[in-house]
Amino acid sequence: MMGGGSAVLNVDLTVIGGGPAGLAAALEASENGVRDVLIIERGGELGGILQQCIHNGFGLHIFKEELTGPEYAYRFIEKVIARKINYKLNTMVLDISADRVIRAVNGSDGLVEIKAGAVILAMGCRERTRGALNIPGTRPAGIFTAGAAQRFVNIEGYLPGKKAVILGSGDIGLIMARRLTLEGAEVKAVCEILPYPGGLNRNIVQCLKDYGIPLRLSTTIVEIHGRERVTGVTVARVDEKREPIGSSFEFIECDTLLLSTGLIPENELSRKAGVLIDPVTSGPVVDESMETSVKGIFACGNVVHVHDLVDYVTEESRIAGKSAARFILDGGAYGTGLIKTRAGQGIRYVVPQLIRKNRLDNDMKLSFRVTGGYKDVVIAVKSGDRTITSVKKPKVSPGEMESVKIGKIHGDSFKDCDLITVQLENG
Amino acid sequence: MDYDIAVIGAGIVGSLIARELSRYRLDICVVEKEADVAMGASKANSAIIHAGYDPEPGSMKAALNVRGNAMYDRLANELEVPFKRIGSLVLAFTEEDMFTLKTLYDRGLKNRVPMLEIVAKDRARSMEPNVSGDIIGALYAPTAGIVCPYELTLGSVENAMGNGVDLKLESPVAGIEYAGGVFTLHTPEQKISSRYVINAAGLYADAVANLIGDTSFSIRPRKGEYLLLDKTQGNLVGRTVFQTPTAMGKGVLVTPTVDGNLLLGPTAEDVESKEDISTTRPGLTGIIKGALKSCPGINLQEVISSFAGLRAVPSTGDFIIGPSKANGRFINVAGIESPGLTAAPAIAEYVKGILRDTGVGLLPKADFNPHRKAICRFHSIGDADRKKAIMRDPRYGRIVCRCEEVTEGEIVSSIKRPAGARDTDAVKRRTRAGMGRCQGGFCLPHVIRILSEELDIPMDKITKSGGNSVILGEKTK
Repeated sequence: MMGGGSAVLNVDLTVIGGGPAGLAAALEASENGVRDVLIIERGGELGGILQQCIHNGFGLHIFKEELTGPEYAYRFIEKVIARKINYKLNTMVLDISADRVIRAVNGSDGLVEIKAGAVILAMGCRERTRGALNIPGTRPAGIFTAGAAQRFVNIEGYLPGKKAVILGSGDIGLIMARRLTLEGAEVKAVCEILPYPGGLNRNIVQCLKDYGIPLRLSTTIVEIHGRERVTGVTVARVDEKREPIGSSFEFIECDTLLLSTGLIPENELSRKAGVLIDPVTSGPVVDESMETSVKGIFACGNVVHVHDLVDYVTEESRIAGKSAARFILDGGAYGTGLIKTRAGQGIRYVVPQLIRKNRLDNDMKLSFRVTGGYKDVVIAVKSGDRTITSVKKPKVSPGEMESVKIGKIHGDSFKDCDLITVQLENG
Repeated sequence: MDYDIAVIGAGIVGSLIARELSRYRLDICVVEKEADVAMGASKANSAIIHAGYDPEPGSMKAALNVRGNAMYDRLANELEVPFKRIGSLVLAFTEEDMFTLKTLYDRGLKNRVPMLEIVAKDRARSMEPNVSGDIIGALYAPTAGIVCPYELTLGSVENAMGNGVDLKLESPVAGIEYAGGVFTLHTPEQKISSRYVINAAGLYADAVANLIGDTSFSIRPRKGEYLLLDKTQGNLVGRTVFQTPTAMGKGVLVTPTVDGNLLLGPTAEDVESKEDISTTRPGLTGIIKGALKSCPGINLQEVISSFAGLRAVPSTGDFIIGPSKANGRFINVAGIESPGLTAAPAIAEYVKGILRDTGVGLLPKADFNPHRKAICRFHSIGDADRKKAIMRDPRYGRIVCRCEEVTEGEIVSSIKRPAGARDTDAVKRRTRAGMGRCQGGFCLPHVIRILSEELDIPMDKITKSGGNSVILGEKTK
């Protein structure tokens, strides 16, 4: 409990995180009539990770133009300011209770307690580290996650080193391969343990192929060398079980190792609030309104599942903002009928995990990722043996998020249905 | 300056000796080759305060283990170092293991280990529901505990410095001369004169002894690799869980740490190089296999780090503590392998006795202060104290490391106190910034900036761990 007569702040909506998800959600809630919105951001400015993404390619879907990360963020920040939405920077949320009491801290207010009518979780994600990958070897300087290296280059103005090997072909790693090359460092190889790349195809082309940077698929790093600073890595090809093939070991001299091996939604706060977490996405289980298992707590963006494009984060966050507004202004309008979604053959997960029948409209979107690279497939949404809808795809890849729209147009399909399955079928 | 006592090595042993001797009117310095204290075995070990049933009765290890264990409550309290007497279980999976437990139990009785007990499977599993259902019994030692070994080393050094001890870092001793009752230690930067020398040089204690012509022992490195798991796994066991020991060591253990993580390891492998602290694929795989045997429910997706340390294995089979035959004023404190951390406070006391016997006058200082104040940890204090800290210094309201909730105030304090941090690993050991699940992904740039500002060193000169371990490259174009 807070002692010493601290004021408890009462707000209609608190948004945790001022990155692209939090900004879009806060704006949407405000535009839907919520008066008192507060964004809490742990960094020193709004915009989140977009502020260090100085490359372009953001906004093609939402704004029909190519923006840099900071430009994309600014489109939202200027509206947040214009609508006089409150925000606190350099402020860390310590915990959230299930009845939506938030405890936060910063240098100027000290400890603060906020009672919120609704909460939107928009904390984003963090990068998988060397420890989580269990790469053997020494522990010298020169090992960075790709995002940390991106911050050093684009915000702090320092190169992480001269000669780099990148492990993992996630989008940040690919972007950094190009960035380091442009800054005069040498990127010796991008190694990917899987037989297909992890990032967007456009990034493989524009960041690696255009610069002649070799992409080594089915290849991993089996040892890190160097006592004080990285002096090299041993790479090896892997077999179908992802075990290194002994005869393929090869030493690559380098002073820097970047890791771009996946993103993990940051749900430590969600867990404290008692929010149910999907073990596959590592994010909250949400319904079509982006409401979590705890009433009045919503979630959106990379904290729910890792997106490939920020545009889709924005779309999803607008749903969360609109739904939080509905919850605050007219109590949520929960119906009775529930449909569960399920990942079938070839699909890793489906978001949302739940759909409330009374809220099914024509723009209901199921987002998901496939489990491997496939050509000429049909993505089918099934209720039992019945196909509700299906889409043909010439190519799908785990690096790209896929989606299918379902809704009222599918007529009575959902009437007696309590489970729908998304699956891949042969085209 | 002429010292009375020069301690070579700022590991847990050297640091506790220096702290113990700082009670008396003596001029003392600690000479350390690395850029920080606790850089050898003291920073990479199992962090267990052993009950004392392992060592052979009558050995120096046995006596100092049991005595050291009993000293820990007071020591940890005085130095404000986290210590928890959680107890330990040695699991038996076979009848042969049960026989080993009986041997350990008997040894424990001879070593005067209190409250030892062999417990049946059901009792062991009611104490630790997550241990394997395949066990048939266990040895329960309620006096075993866990501590943070580098925090203890730091606390000892800070306390010793507070009581007048000098610390000389980055000072490898390359030569020792002895003339007229005075040793001269040659380091690259300076010559240090001292009437007595304590050789607590860990893995290099043999090399240091060689400098005065003492070749009576040698030290071999034996590697131990570990895996550290996120706090989500920290409650899997409440006690340290061992398997039955082998000739090489105590086998793979599963233990909570004082910080709430779960630690698995160590391996035991004799290696050639005293600098080889690399982890290996077979090592890490072996730990996982061993740990899953004890606790099948460990979630290995939650591994956040792996590391290795080197045990200083003596050629004699027991701790080597006593005046050198080559020079009676040169005291070897060598081969302090397991249970060295447990024994360290008792070793310090024992070394004091040796010095007294060799004729060092031990006149107590009236103003000796046994207490050291730890860094105020935002994460661990209550709201009232948090408010006070922020009121005093707003930097205690700025969280830099999100995973471990470490504030800028703590990081600045870790740099400014005695034996202050000068690199990012040193900040991490003192504050836990970068120790959590994201392993510094978010806070490293901020820690570098704070070090740069507080020490007035450019950002691109800040190192991870001293020497040439600079983190950043050239400025961008």
